[in-house]
Amino acid sequence: MNKGLEFKNGLKAAIPIGLGYIPIAIAFGILSKASDIPNTISIMLSMVVFAGASQFVGVNMLSLGAATVEIVMATFILNFRHFLMSASLSQRIDERTSKRFMSLLAFGITDETFSLASMWEEKKLSPYFLLGINTIAFCSWNTGTWAGLLLGTALPDTLQNSMGIAIYCMFIGLLLPSMKKSIPVLVVAAMSMVIHSMFKWIPVLAGLSSGFTIIIATIAAATLGTILFPEGVEN
Amino acid sequence: MTNLYILVIFMALVTYIPRLLPMVFLKDMKLPPQLKVFLQFVPFATLGALIFPGILTSTGDIYSALAGGILAVILSLVKANVMIVVLGGILGAYILIMLM
Repeated sequence: MNKGLEFKNGLKAAIPIGLGYIPIAIAFGILSKASDIPNTISIMLSMVVFAGASQFVGVNMLSLGAATVEIVMATFILNFRHFLMSASLSQRIDERTSKRFMSLLAFGITDETFSLASMWEEKKLSPYFLLGINTIAFCSWNTGTWAGLLLGTALPDTLQNSMGIAIYCMFIGLLLPSMKKSIPVLVVAAMSMVIHSMFKWIPVLAGLSSGFTIIIATIAAATLGTILFPEGVEN
Repeated sequence: MTNLYILVIFMALVTYIPRLLPMVFLKDMKLPPQLKVFLQFVPFATLGALIFPGILTSTGDIYSALAGGILAVILSLVKANVMIVVLGGILGAYILIMLM
């Protein structure tokens, strides 16, 4: 298929991500402003860090007077889960893609872009398709940040709260069809949910950073999956 | 103030490097089959962990989160496309928030 069409398909596929990102990014802009972070810094965070949860944590720690080193460490721990996603995605992208193009695509890896791309039916993903997904994600995240900073008001509470579920519904819409089709997928996803819940609800384990608990649940469930189903996803 | 710029640059670096390294270095590497299977399972395991239990606190109260979540599950089981699942979930949560 041609590059332009692949790119457009990516843009189209990522509309649910845009819908989910905008209200969260607006909230980020507002929180940043309320914490007296200069606008240029908030804008730069969304442009060059481009990782939602860590931006919220960063701004929050700044307002509490945390040291630079602490904030950088927290960011690293929270975002290290993308390492696993990047490793998984590296096996799905068309081999002919140049390293330079791959490094551009790597910048756009988030929980949402990764999930959307990974659940795509085609075995090999076109880099242009991925670029389309990343473009929508990046633009909506940054537009939302600007809107939050400049307008300073959120969407009405009822709408803002109900849109908080958007990203989760996208995850459900992506995961459930595969869970229905494949027993190994069903088992791995369910185990991951159970393991992750344990880290949230069992008092001794609670208190770990959520970036970290996602890594642990992912590695544990994918490892158990590999042991139980050495043939992989397709049976 | 310069301090803040340095902070942003470091936050960007520690975020980008883990995103970058596997994409560039694992691309042409011959991986053992078990690792390939493991990496195949990673997206499903990640999605499981991302959805649950986070969804329960996504709207501010558990009832609207459950309403939206259950509606999303039903819609995705009847093979609605992802956009419909998302809009349905938001609507479900919205209605419950309005009712309460």
